[in-house]
Amino acid sequence: MGLLEAIILSVIAASTPLLLAAAGELVTERAGVLNLGIEGMMIMGAACGFAGAHFTGSVIIGAVCGILAGGFMAALFAALTLGLAVNQVAAGLALTIFGIGLSGLIGAGFVGERIETAPHLHLPLLTDIPFVGRIAFGQDGFVYMSLALVIGIWWFLYRTRAGLILRAVGDNHVSAHALGYPVLRIRGLAVLFGGACAGLGGAYLPLAYTPFFISGMTAGRGWIALALVVFASWRPTRVVIGAYLFGAVTILQLHAQALSLPIPSQFMSSLPYLATVVVLIAISRRRGLAGSAAPASLGLVFVPDR
Amino acid sequence: MRFPLVVIAASAVAAAALAAVTMMPTANSAEKAAEKLKVGFIYLGPVGDYGWTYQHEVGRQGLVKDMGDKIETTYLENVPEGPDAERSIEQLVRSGHKLIFTTSFGYMDPTLKVAKKYPRVNFEHATGYKRDKNMATYSGRFYEGRYIQGQIAAKMTKTGVLGYIVSFPIPEVISGINATMLGAQSVKPDIKVKIIWVNTWFDPGKEADAAKALLDQGADVIMQHTDSPAAMQIASARGAYAFGQDSDMIKFGPKTQLTSIIDNWAPYYDERVKAELAGKWTSTDTWGGLKSKLLVMAPYTNMPDDVKKMAMDTEAAIVAGTLHPFKCPVVDQEGKTVECKNGKNLEDGQILGMNFYVKGVDDKIPGK
Repeated sequence: MGLLEAIILSVIAASTPLLLAAAGELVTERAGVLNLGIEGMMIMGAACGFAGAHFTGSVIIGAVCGILAGGFMAALFAALTLGLAVNQVAAGLALTIFGIGLSGLIGAGFVGERIETAPHLHLPLLTDIPFVGRIAFGQDGFVYMSLALVIGIWWFLYRTRAGLILRAVGDNHVSAHALGYPVLRIRGLAVLFGGACAGLGGAYLPLAYTPFFISGMTAGRGWIALALVVFASWRPTRVVIGAYLFGAVTILQLHAQALSLPIPSQFMSSLPYLATVVVLIAISRRRGLAGSAAPASLGLVFVPDR
Repeated sequence: MRFPLVVIAASAVAAAALAAVTMMPTANSAEKAAEKLKVGFIYLGPVGDYGWTYQHEVGRQGLVKDMGDKIETTYLENVPEGPDAERSIEQLVRSGHKLIFTTSFGYMDPTLKVAKKYPRVNFEHATGYKRDKNMATYSGRFYEGRYIQGQIAAKMTKTGVLGYIVSFPIPEVISGINATMLGAQSVKPDIKVKIIWVNTWFDPGKEADAAKALLDQGADVIMQHTDSPAAMQIASARGAYAFGQDSDMIKFGPKTQLTSIIDNWAPYYDERVKAELAGKWTSTDTWGGLKSKLLVMAPYTNMPDDVKKMAMDTEAAIVAGTLHPFKCPVVDQEGKTVECKNGKNLEDGQILGMNFYVKGVDDKIPGK
């Protein structure tokens, strides 16, 4: 296996949890809800995903447990912000803190336990093609799922009536409400979807990345996913580019160090965030031209008149 | 970016529950509880990190087991290093703790500040160098174990390249790299080491990525100065060798772990709490190593008998004091001989403040 091939494989693995969580958050935000609790939902997905796989020996059941755990956390968030019209920023931060604490409690019994990692696809002829084979046809299921997810989200947002309604709710909830659309129900579903994706992204860590659970193992990936949505200016295709760019910078800086290249590691670590800042500046300078799809009602509380 | 979270783990509740099981509650048990010495701990990571913090937690649990009838313990985990730690330490003081252990280098100044403010409370700070009449320090001579690991690694590598994952460029980490290198060079003079700074103590994903990068670039023995068992697990999946960190990580790589430097804080904690109970606590400076058993090497596994014997001989020599990892002459990266005041080996102060690489390390200390 050549070095380049190894690097690409590592980049794909590092990008996948970011992509899963960011894709979900994108849908949530397009419906007008800002959920800062991704980190909390991810770590819960990691804890419950590991627990599920540990008890049953099945990665698929583990992934389902991760999705359910993320969905459960999102349901709490939805109940607070949509049901009780609580401030979304405060509720999101609380969700993260709560998730880290609760996952530590759930995972306490699993410290030091190991499971088998998710199997990688192996197609007799295709996977054996040099270089391209393992990259295109030798990944684990999560990688293919994450890409399919983004395609599905793109199709849903831009090619279906339901997607159009969701975007309308995110852009102007008063008008959407006046047209008779159930704003809160649509937002609730978008929040649940985002939570499920974050849970799956979190579950990826113990199920495919490092097959054990340790409290706090998401180590800030939820916040990177949040930055990615902004970086992608709320467009699904750009989320893929952004996730892979973040993943690539993370991995490349490690390789640069091992090769003793004279670039400070601290600078390399800060590159993805620097890129986000640059994108934000570009968006605000050229609104419309840069094609930002920022939902106009993002983060605003909506209480339907009765 | 780690989200700061302070979880108050009321282990006092656990202690109380234990007490309730072991002895039937009597009318004056509440009165007795009030007289108990309250001992507090400040932890850097989660107790479940299976590394640094985990070992301190093992020490605390030992205290509860040995002296649960005389003391009450509390810990705060995930306390970020830096000025903000002051709040957490003070919180323990205000809730009546009389002996407080702050278990990471970055708590040094906050601990000192709180210690000055509360002269009747005693503090113990791990791995620092600032002391006061009510603030003691304690640490491990980790470099002793690193020297042994370097020798083993040099024997076990086929490619002649070692992979080293490191956190922050503080003297403890630098002296660890140097001791490893000197040990390795004593076996194989042309040994190479690839170093990756991950700028975190704890991020399993990133540690795993670093291990992958090192293995992809030809390293075949992985060592780390970060806290999770992720690197061990990656090495295990790739069929390479690795060393554990802080605790015995053999569970994560039964066919991978060569050994591990285990931080054995429990006896020290016992001794200090007993001194406090007896009213004989004084501010001390403890820097224990293999000899005082503050450090213990995990069993030497997955290696041929001759390598195992070499490792045990080196360990015995370090314990006996006939071998010092930093014996003179020590030559730095530029080829200059480091000043040797006592003519035999570098002095403790030089190791505690180490800020240079020895010859043969192909890396630059970040920020230097």
